[in-house]
Amino acid sequence: MNQPSDDVLRDMHRRMVRIRVFETEAGRMAEAGKIPGALHLYVGEEAVAAGVMVHLSDDDWITSTHRGHGHLIAKGGEFDRMFAELYGRATGYCRGKGGSMHISNMELGMLGANGIVGAGPPIAVGAAFSTKFRNTDRVAVSFFGDGASNEGSFHEAANMAALYKLPAVFVCENNGYGEYTPQKNHQAIKDVADRAAGYGMPGVVVDGMDAVAVYEAAGAAIERARAGDGPTLLECKTYRFFDHVGVRGMGLSYRTDEELQEWQKRDPIHMFEAQLAQLGVLSKDAAAAVYDAVSADVKAGIEFAETSPLPDPATLLDDVYA
Amino acid sequence: MAEREITYVAAIAEGATTILNEQDSAFIAGEDVAGAGGVFGSYRGLLDEFGPGRIVDTPISEEGIVGLGVGAAATGLRPVIDIMFMDFMGECMDEIANQMAKMRYMFGGAAKLPITVVTMSGAGMNMAAQHSQSLEAWLCHLPGLKVVTPATPYDAKGLLIAASRDDNPVFVVMNKLSLRTSGPVPEEAYTVPIGQAKVVREGEDLTIVTYSRMVREALTAAETFAKEGIDAEVIDLRSLQPLDIDTVLASVRKTGRAVVVHEAVRFAGLGGEIAAQIQEQAFDDLDAPVARVGAPFSPVPFSSVLEQTYLPNAEKIVAEAKHVIGL
Repeated sequence: MNQPSDDVLRDMHRRMVRIRVFETEAGRMAEAGKIPGALHLYVGEEAVAAGVMVHLSDDDWITSTHRGHGHLIAKGGEFDRMFAELYGRATGYCRGKGGSMHISNMELGMLGANGIVGAGPPIAVGAAFSTKFRNTDRVAVSFFGDGASNEGSFHEAANMAALYKLPAVFVCENNGYGEYTPQKNHQAIKDVADRAAGYGMPGVVVDGMDAVAVYEAAGAAIERARAGDGPTLLECKTYRFFDHVGVRGMGLSYRTDEELQEWQKRDPIHMFEAQLAQLGVLSKDAAAAVYDAVSADVKAGIEFAETSPLPDPATLLDDVYA
Repeated sequence: MAEREITYVAAIAEGATTILNEQDSAFIAGEDVAGAGGVFGSYRGLLDEFGPGRIVDTPISEEGIVGLGVGAAATGLRPVIDIMFMDFMGECMDEIANQMAKMRYMFGGAAKLPITVVTMSGAGMNMAAQHSQSLEAWLCHLPGLKVVTPATPYDAKGLLIAASRDDNPVFVVMNKLSLRTSGPVPEEAYTVPIGQAKVVREGEDLTIVTYSRMVREALTAAETFAKEGIDAEVIDLRSLQPLDIDTVLASVRKTGRAVVVHEAVRFAGLGGEIAAQIQEQAFDDLDAPVARVGAPFSPVPFSSVLEQTYLPNAEKIVAEAKHVIGL
């Protein structure tokens, strides 16, 4: 019932490639000293954002995390204004007030990346409350990590969403690490989805490197939410190819290179492309054309950012209040 | 307008009723607000009138409740969030300080957060250290929030309605020892403008700047001074953020002397900020240093004798003000 059409498959692939290329180039620009501040990159986790977001429209809401670029891209974020925000330019989505960690776009239903781990789920519950209050069939999806699943805010939000039967979906991106601490050192369970039982909602574990698997599981959860049957906790097992912050992947003290290499064998984009080629949905040439087009977009986005004006210092106090 | 005497708590209920009547997108959420009508009776009768979709009982989950308010407001509703005791803000400070207060700014102005938070401050009821605090300074230190502190039933209703019509997060810090006090309140809807102090007693010799329940103590102190031939002016700030410093300065320029009074702990309280602004802007008009009256640097104690020793009152205001006057 949740079988993706060929168009949806190609759409998901394009979203994933957009994330991968954007993040890779953003990392490069940060290393080059062109992007200030901290970047938490989404490379390796693309199947989750794409597999969920392809079910949503601009009227559906999401809350994101400190690793939020991928969510915004998959929700339709434009590269020019995203790069401009990362560069701290006046033309950025947040006019240079938010940066990587607070990038957002209300018109796309993206309620912000968030610098506070676990802050998003209660806000998503508020957005879900809003759609129910107004009797629409919109949903709110909250992305958070395995680390955030230990925050009290997550528990409060999950309980309230289930209690009020709100159209919410809690998507746990379990990348195995809360910052630098492996999951086995921060919680006694293996599956965050086990916690769903404690709130009275379904808990589902899915391979977060498999775009189609994410698509199907997310589709079921979102359909359930839209139908008024309440929230779902969907745990996607995934992996961070880069470090917690920045672009380094290998030679890290808190994880082994072998572990990274094992996960890279299951690169979500490579696996998906093999699948699409086998299905005859996307040829190698067609896939290459996607990369070319996305790379051109990225190049244009960087150029837009680099030629955009810096914020006028006179705007410092703008928008503290309405 | 038809006016009659009602209590402070009844005025809150009238304000809440007005909000739900005039704004279809408004709802009230908090612990025990619906079925119980609020632990102080602030929302009595609203469940029957508006139903559980508009007045929502929540789990005891302050962070979840405030987050619900943030998410609902950002997506187009006008939530009224009740935090039963302001002491409980420790449970939800991230959603207050890092989300509610900053979202609009971080998003470059793209988000609108019309949230009203109603909470209860103040000691004097033997509720001890965790149910008696006056923590408004926490909130006033956060750009993005507005903070109002009604001293009277009239202001409780008027500031609550004003908060709900404001497109910013506004904390309406009520006072629990004021709940049974009575005063004239119009039956109709009206607002008390946020950011406007009120001179509640005019005088020539001394300015007492205060807010919330301490307004009554300041007025009592002023009566004591009157018997001694000293004419004190009393200013009820009503709004702490934004702060109507102009009304304060105009008064101090006239009297040349000022005492700032609040129930909150004196150290790092609002009194320090107000005193600093007075000396920055009216130094040449001052005949004496600005004095401050506040609670000592201690948790609020339980036993009555300790609690009364702790609390600022008219007597302490008089004693401090005498130094300023040079008596």
